[in-house]
Amino acid sequence: MPAFELFQPASVADTLGVLNRHGADAWVLAGGNDTFDWLKDRIKKPKVVVDLSNVNELRGIKDAGGGLEIGSTTTLTTIAHDPMVKERFPLLADAALLVASPQIRNVSTLGGNVSQDARCWYYRAGWPCYRAGGNICYADTPTSINREHAIFNADRCVAVNPSDTAPALMALDAQFVIKNGDKERVVSAEEFFIGPGVNITRLNMLQPGDLLTAIRIPNTWAGKGHYCEKVRDRQVWDFALVNIAASMNVSGTTINDARMVVNGVAATPYRLNAVEAFLKGKPRDKATADAAAEMAVEGAVTLRHNGYKVPLMKALVKRAIRGDAEWTS
Amino acid sequence: MDLLTTARSPWGESVFIHISWSLFWASLVGGLLFLLAHGGYMLFSQHHKQTSGEVDRMERERAGLPAHITRHGFVARAFHWVMAFSMLALLFTAFLPIIGVRFAWVQWHWMAGVLLTASVLFHIFHATFVLDFWSIWVGPKDIPEFKAEMMRDLGQEVPGAPLPGKYPLGNRLYHLAVMVAGLVVIGSGIMMMYRVRTGLVERNPYVMADPAWGLTYVAHGLMGVGFVGLVIAHIYFALRPEKLWITKAMIFGTISRRDYLTHHDPNRWSAQGSRKSNVA
Repeated sequence: MPAFELFQPASVADTLGVLNRHGADAWVLAGGNDTFDWLKDRIKKPKVVVDLSNVNELRGIKDAGGGLEIGSTTTLTTIAHDPMVKERFPLLADAALLVASPQIRNVSTLGGNVSQDARCWYYRAGWPCYRAGGNICYADTPTSINREHAIFNADRCVAVNPSDTAPALMALDAQFVIKNGDKERVVSAEEFFIGPGVNITRLNMLQPGDLLTAIRIPNTWAGKGHYCEKVRDRQVWDFALVNIAASMNVSGTTINDARMVVNGVAATPYRLNAVEAFLKGKPRDKATADAAAEMAVEGAVTLRHNGYKVPLMKALVKRAIRGDAEWTS
Repeated sequence: MDLLTTARSPWGESVFIHISWSLFWASLVGGLLFLLAHGGYMLFSQHHKQTSGEVDRMERERAGLPAHITRHGFVARAFHWVMAFSMLALLFTAFLPIIGVRFAWVQWHWMAGVLLTASVLFHIFHATFVLDFWSIWVGPKDIPEFKAEMMRDLGQEVPGAPLPGKYPLGNRLYHLAVMVAGLVVIGSGIMMMYRVRTGLVERNPYVMADPAWGLTYVAHGLMGVGFVGLVIAHIYFALRPEKLWITKAMIFGTISRRDYLTHHDPNRWSAQGSRKSNVA
């Protein structure tokens, strides 16, 4: 790995001090699963690495007035097995269990999982693409291998967000707590993730000096119905081709309200706003699911090799609406 | 500090990527410094045009001149303001993200670019077939006028020195700079549309080789930041008190008889009724 100066602060205040002192030269290290790929491939060469593993304040899950607050370096294994999470937000517990392998989940953190960088191999190979500050997307050419890439909201870059927990957090209306110096801001999941049109070199709004300290999940969707499914090439240790997370408030056979988010299809988790509006007050049946599935893929623009994502996404939307229930019609 | 950014392509070539955005700040600060320097100079200089006596004599000689003389027809003014709107839209969409105002700028940028391109194509046609095509150009024949203008700016009387035709020398030099920069940004911008999804051209990043793409981005960037300084200068001169008569003409279309005779050579820009009469 390239040489860097390592800081291992023991408090959030010290961490913020280091991050502010070094600005864009600093790289935040949480679980390291994304970081070490970049460093060992010598693609990213930060001057300073700030290791969060000694900052106990950033770990843990607590009941915080009307919801749960999860520290950003809480591991995915902890989240997946935490009784409070499993009871109130099984969607997040299920999503965390879908990440990679048990060993990886033991070190992966929630903050790292939502903040991880794109997995487009042209970008990860260090080529000077848009996302790397260049002026081309190698994945969107007539000869590209782009089976995993975006079908929505591509703006020059066609990389997708690879996170499994991000769509679940968005479906649960989670809030992200970001600190920078002595300032704190709380943003919604939809604000946290940003597309290439807004900033083509980042998948989220974190800027130099920013530290994601916690993620808050309100009780709005606690105990409500949920659905989570990840489709991948192999059943362990793989990123999603497409995944879906849905929260649903259902009375009998009527859908009162729903939040539905798909990932692996755009540079941000893709919330199905039109589908959510359509589902309100509709019966939970096959006709509703079929119509919602068609609605979900409106506007999709496929590349040479990722056309399969359209029927795959439609199938996932139908399955999310059906859930574990049998069709009533 | 590298003024141009390079990268290694997948084929191992070192290619240009784009300009350094520090050049944007250089152009912005340069434009503002010019504004301050020129404004300061004009406060203390004695800029001379025609004396009022000379203008009085000319008014008597050209008694047939109307009180208001058309300088820009409606079509020319409409072109100017459409171009100005598209240029400001291009500059804001290009550079606001650089200074930290983040938004999805690309589609607004290329749409403003299409508007600029269409307006410039129209302008070329209109200037060639309707307007006096050569009245805006500069050449060696303008050296005496340039010298006289410099002398006047330095506070000297220059009796009998040439006055401009329809467009003052500053206008013509500015038009030349804008034309060169404009044609480069339009040409490079059209090529760059092959790299984004516009629905107008089929996206194909391999329509040129990487080195050619690099030069295209560099040219677009250099002329783009150049426009920052050019537009600052243009707005500054348009708002200067002694130039307001030109700015008003771009809004209302006409200038007064006295401005016409003060600032222009009626023999080089012949307005209706500008021929000398025998009144002495």
